[in-house]
Amino acid sequence: MAINKSNRARSSAAGRDRLKSVVEGWFRFHTAAIYVFLFLPIVVVVVFSFNGTDRYLTDWHGLSIKWYQRALSDTQVQRDLWNSVSIGIINAILATAFGTMAALGLQRVPKRLRSFYDALTYVSIIIPEIVIALATLILFAGFQNTANQFFVSITAEGKPFRVGLGQWSIILAHVLFNLSLVLLLVRARLSGMDRTLVDASYDLFATPWRTFRQITFPQLLPAIVAGFLLSFTFSFDDYVISSFVAGVGSQTLPLYIFGQTKQGVTPETNAVAAVMLVVTLTILVGGQFLLSRQSKRTGGGGGATTPIAMVAEQT
Amino acid sequence: MTGRSQAPGRARSGLVTSLLLAPATFWYLVLLVLPLAIVAIYSFGVRAPDGGYQTAFTFDNYGTLLKRPAPFTLSLVIAISGTLLCGLLAFPLAYFIATRAGKRKGILLVLLIIPFWTSFLIRTISLVIILGSDGIGGFLSDLTGQNVQILGTMWAVLIGIVYNYLPLMIFPVYVTLERLDRTLLEASKDLGAGRWATFRQVTLPIVWPGLITGSILVFIPLMGEYVVPAILGNGKVFLIGNVLQLDFLSSRDWPAGSAKAVTLILVMLVTVSFYLWVTNRGRRGREVSLL
Repeated sequence: MAINKSNRARSSAAGRDRLKSVVEGWFRFHTAAIYVFLFLPIVVVVVFSFNGTDRYLTDWHGLSIKWYQRALSDTQVQRDLWNSVSIGIINAILATAFGTMAALGLQRVPKRLRSFYDALTYVSIIIPEIVIALATLILFAGFQNTANQFFVSITAEGKPFRVGLGQWSIILAHVLFNLSLVLLLVRARLSGMDRTLVDASYDLFATPWRTFRQITFPQLLPAIVAGFLLSFTFSFDDYVISSFVAGVGSQTLPLYIFGQTKQGVTPETNAVAAVMLVVTLTILVGGQFLLSRQSKRTGGGGGATTPIAMVAEQT
Repeated sequence: MTGRSQAPGRARSGLVTSLLLAPATFWYLVLLVLPLAIVAIYSFGVRAPDGGYQTAFTFDNYGTLLKRPAPFTLSLVIAISGTLLCGLLAFPLAYFIATRAGKRKGILLVLLIIPFWTSFLIRTISLVIILGSDGIGGFLSDLTGQNVQILGTMWAVLIGIVYNYLPLMIFPVYVTLERLDRTLLEASKDLGAGRWATFRQVTLPIVWPGLITGSILVFIPLMGEYVVPAILGNGKVFLIGNVLQLDFLSSRDWPAGSAKAVTLILVMLVTVSFYLWVTNRGRRGREVSLL
């Protein structure tokens, strides 16, 4: 009886161990499967961009870089790439500057006004992109009509000046979302900042500007750089807003790629996509490298100091 | 700082504050509040003969929308099931990274962020190849001897959605799991609770806020999703996003589209607040039962 009991205990312990190892194995498998799921499409894009075929995408004909040559010598791709990069950079500069300014300004206003801005910030982030896109389209179209009627009315003879949608409309619409993003990042950083340094700086009779330049700004820099990078990649990658407010001649790379898919994906589309991947990843890795070097030099200062950690912390 | 902020100094500081806030104020008022107000006004108008908006006051746009609610219900179904799937897939993964990954934790997190930083559009297009007749679709067709089509179905859209939004669920869940105090688990074990009881009464309540945040982060963009159904649905899966795109860019019926946009915002507000109300209520109940 006693033997039997201890036997059963042993076998149930063995059963529990087996269950445990099954669960552990399943955890491992699940994790691995999701990573494969996340990376497979990226790998597929890159691999098929080197396909030497002349017919269609999945018809494998050995390695070749001819689609890259073809894509990069395509004048339309060149123009769209240039549009995407310039829109992305201007948008990132404006959003970073204005978002940082707003974060600093909001520190100095009464609480009620601050919650008003907070509400607007969250609304601009929460509302689906497509609603922002169509609302801005309506606004720009109205503006365009009014402005053009005005130009017609003041033009006595000859062709009146006309405004149309273009890069400016994409930039204005992108800055809205990105400004809020930078604002949140910089504010998170500001709230984690050590006030004593600023107070010490004032005690040493530094002017507000000098305090900002030498104390506040260096501490905010990681958030500012992260905001800049996020803004650029958002804009560089955006399809929805751009598809609504782009004008003639301001087509961006995502619009080009989306248009290509309507006619069937070719290795050339994949080559363009791979170039886009390289651009965003270079920016990400470059930013990560710069910031981690900078934070090593200044000794960190608490909180996330690299864009990757920053993004992880925000979400 | 004291004694230095005399009247002229204060006036200048007020000027600095307004200058700092000026651009953000411009963007929020002119490019957010004003356009949304115009959308609300347009939703009561009629379509101009050559497309666009013509002044009127009618509820017809809302009326036709109520008669044909299909895109809304389909969007809700897809958004809810997509959110659930993301939660089911994200939890074990986040749990693994937080508790089992050890030294590889950092690299696993970075690997999660990389797809997130690479183009949404490109990754979705790549799924066309993977799910299509040269990929999984073809494989399943060969296997079953029937013509299996994944592209152009709700399944393709769901896969694409889960693929794109999964990281948004993983991060908040991971963050809460990371904060999970291991000693609580040990205490629960010492008090004789089984693995399942510990999970249900200790782990889950702690992870709950992360799951709620994650599901809202996933649900909101899903409701307005447009690119994934356009690419993977082959124009056969029609969500609100696709209808909005048609209304505004193809048929140029701006008032009808505006009414849908206003309804979309209302539906989202109602769903999210109801969800928060229910989950918070449930949570409080559980906390009480724990005592």
